[in-house]
Amino acid sequence: MNFIVFLKMVPDVIEELKIADDGKQLDSDWIRMKLNECDENAVEEAIILKEKFGGKVTAVALDAPELDDALFNALAKGADKAVKIIGEWKDVHSPAIAEIFAKYLRDNNLIDNQTLILSGSQAIDDIEGELVYYLGELLNLPAFGVITHVDYDSGQNSVSLVKEFAGGLRGEFSSGLPAVLGIQASENPPRYIPIAKIRAIMKSAAIEEVVIPPDGLPAGTTIEKMFEPETTGKAEMLDGSTDEIIEKLIGIFSDKGII
Amino acid sequence: MNNSILILIEHLKDAIADISFEMLGIGRKIADSFNGSLHAVVLGKDINKFLPELGIADSIFVADDEKLEMASPETIADIIKSIIEIKGISITILGGTNTAAGVGPILSSKLKLPYLNFCKNIRVEGDNIIVTNQLFGGKILSDVKLDGMKGIISVNPGSFPSDAGKASKVVPVVEIDLSQIKIKNYFKKYIEPEAGDVDITKENVLVSVGRGIENADNLSLAEDLIGVLGGAISASRPVIDQGWLPLSRQVGKSGMTVKPKLYFALGISGAPEHVEGMKDSDCIVAINKDPAAPIFNVAHYGVCGDLLEIVPSLTEKLKAKKG
Repeated sequence: MNFIVFLKMVPDVIEELKIADDGKQLDSDWIRMKLNECDENAVEEAIILKEKFGGKVTAVALDAPELDDALFNALAKGADKAVKIIGEWKDVHSPAIAEIFAKYLRDNNLIDNQTLILSGSQAIDDIEGELVYYLGELLNLPAFGVITHVDYDSGQNSVSLVKEFAGGLRGEFSSGLPAVLGIQASENPPRYIPIAKIRAIMKSAAIEEVVIPPDGLPAGTTIEKMFEPETTGKAEMLDGSTDEIIEKLIGIFSDKGII
Repeated sequence: MNNSILILIEHLKDAIADISFEMLGIGRKIADSFNGSLHAVVLGKDINKFLPELGIADSIFVADDEKLEMASPETIADIIKSIIEIKGISITILGGTNTAAGVGPILSSKLKLPYLNFCKNIRVEGDNIIVTNQLFGGKILSDVKLDGMKGIISVNPGSFPSDAGKASKVVPVVEIDLSQIKIKNYFKKYIEPEAGDVDITKENVLVSVGRGIENADNLSLAEDLIGVLGGAISASRPVIDQGWLPLSRQVGKSGMTVKPKLYFALGISGAPEHVEGMKDSDCIVAINKDPAAPIFNVAHYGVCGDLLEIVPSLTEKLKAKKG
């Protein structure tokens, strides 16, 4: 089978985010990038499927700070090829990213009836996981988001998928190949790779670089202004030493009749 | 021009989802503010029973067909597109839910209309609609203007009061012509929630752990606390995805909606998709290292500190108090 996994670097929201002086974007000096967490699950799922059913895994991403580490990490986990799409990809959002990925797939003739295209089901800057649906629409392929289980039936050349709805209710779907999948959770959590193995891969493997001109990309919506949520401070903050804080917590539990 | 709003009604199994009433409520408010009309669309199998609950709309578009049960987002988008084109709908409002996922982007691609998602507020300013979106886990908000009053908006559940969208009145029903729609459906069956050892929706106290718990071994800190406090352990998405706790313990968008007497959030940042599932708890207490964590915007009491240090001491003190 042919597994193509699209990855994306996103701002690490554990860090402080600062709005730029124009009030319309994040101040990039303050952003530390990391691999989108769901994309890590997509890589893991692709590798698990490859181990079960055979095939080749290709990890593809738009160039971004810290990307090489993420791609070498994917190679160390078991991806067969890593591809970086070179360019200045500032302020491209899901509709445009999907266009670029679709161009990459079409230009390189990468889709056949053994192809599964995977990506994370959501990202911190794409909470509803639009990317896979834009990609499906552009490629005229079925797209499925919030997927937590994938099984392949080689006789039927089809995949059986489990999607989450709400309240713990899930649904089973079935699709022929090729198809686009937004992976929420992989069958097992992403495997840990020792740093030594990643260093070894950095010496032995190379990241392929391709160029896709950013022409005719859809313009996103225009942000009028960005702002931080009002911290009207709904929470009453408990200050003091650890002991003082604990006394206050116990007081609250007691007032609420918990203890 | 007579502006009109269309709401995609969501229903899961035998009930209309609350998000539908939230959308109808805000849709009514906006439609009234420019003297426009409000329409609802209901698709699926055996859906006529839902219609009497949708009386706040001016009309309801209906397609009752078993092939539409959990139909693909392409199919739903095709049907909505046909309604938008025939009725000249200005704004389509969808739920920002797993159930409706995909409809917005596909509809936006087909109609070349702007799509604004994860919206928590919609307001009319003069001749414009301004949508406030939540970005970056709720840490940043943005205002976006919907040019020309045309577009697709998806609403983050829990953003609007659902009572405002409830009215039982008989309104005109329009059958949707499906003859031109190519129905694609990949749905096989529902998988019911796994019966967990406890039902977290019925607990009085939930000690809920997030990424800040750091590793599976530290879950024992929460469990020890429950030993003296009572209740059960629940978690946010990352903890479930790591396989540290079963799906039955998940609070939030894909998981359970809980309203305990005490929701004690340990190392949970408070991303909107988590908050959706716990914001109505009687008392929310949160411990987080990050002073800017959005959880402090919904919590009643907050501690900015290290849960790995605070929780064991708290457990010891509570034990000592109990004797």
